[in-house]
Amino acid sequence: MKARVFITLKPGVLDPQGKAIHHALEGLGFEGVQDVRAGKLIELDLADGISESEIESMCRKLLANTVIENFRIERMESA
Amino acid sequence: MNSAVIVFPGSNCDRDIAVALEQVTGRAPAMVWHRDNELPAGTDFIALPGGFSYGDYLRSGAMAARAPIMRAVTEAASRGVPLIGICNGFQVLTEVGLLPGALMRNAGLAFVCRPVALTVENSQSLFTAAYQAGETIQVPVAHHDGNYQADEATLDRLEGEGRVALRYAEPVNGSARAIAGILNDAGNVLGLMPHPERAFEPAHGGTDGRRMFEGLLEAVS
Repeated sequence: MKARVFITLKPGVLDPQGKAIHHALEGLGFEGVQDVRAGKLIELDLADGISESEIESMCRKLLANTVIENFRIERMESA
Repeated sequence: MNSAVIVFPGSNCDRDIAVALEQVTGRAPAMVWHRDNELPAGTDFIALPGGFSYGDYLRSGAMAARAPIMRAVTEAASRGVPLIGICNGFQVLTEVGLLPGALMRNAGLAFVCRPVALTVENSQSLFTAAYQAGETIQVPVAHHDGNYQADEATLDRLEGEGRVALRYAEPVNGSARAIAGILNDAGNVLGLMPHPERAFEPAHGGTDGRRMFEGLLEAVS
């Protein structure tokens, strides 16, 4: 089983990297980009039977810093 | 003073702080490897050095905060043993939860490496006893992720409780309220981005950092 963990900065937390990407897009002539927020995607390859709450615990204990980041877990059953 | 310096893979200021501590205390600190589970018996001062532990993977300080030795460090801090985290060490202290907030990418996105002016906000702490409140000191910084952020309530609490030990006296990295260093609520844990061990002898260009350790030695002995 695989799971994807999406880690994003909480709303309101300053994102200098997102801002730099935004400026670079504008520099390339892309118009209409109103805001950019950068985050992380972590893919986990898991043994069967790992529960949602275990993945959530992994997020809270290590993968995300919940002071500044939110996380979202997406489970993908193997084909 | 029996000091211990925690060494993580990627620490690069561990020897600098060891030299500084030996000069001030007259005794070489124990260099404690991150995979150890215990501190030497009688350790009465702990330093988490600067550097790029674990290559800053995931987040600065995130992996180091989960290293085996950090249980013993956290336990010692909760018993009141003085603990300083410099630069990467500050990042580790926030990641392990001994200090609130987080250190994010510098607002200007660039690595900042130069001497900066700091204002000593609190001269009553173990670490700042040798300074005058309001004094301006010069200490170098060298970091990419030194932009201190916390929610407004936390910032207000830190200010209200006198836990902002040091503030930047010039623009450096975008830190909320120009915070350069903070104390825990018991006052025995200090995290700071500037490197006092790099302003230690005249050859460094200044000795303002040395007084931090001299004051600490006097306060604990």
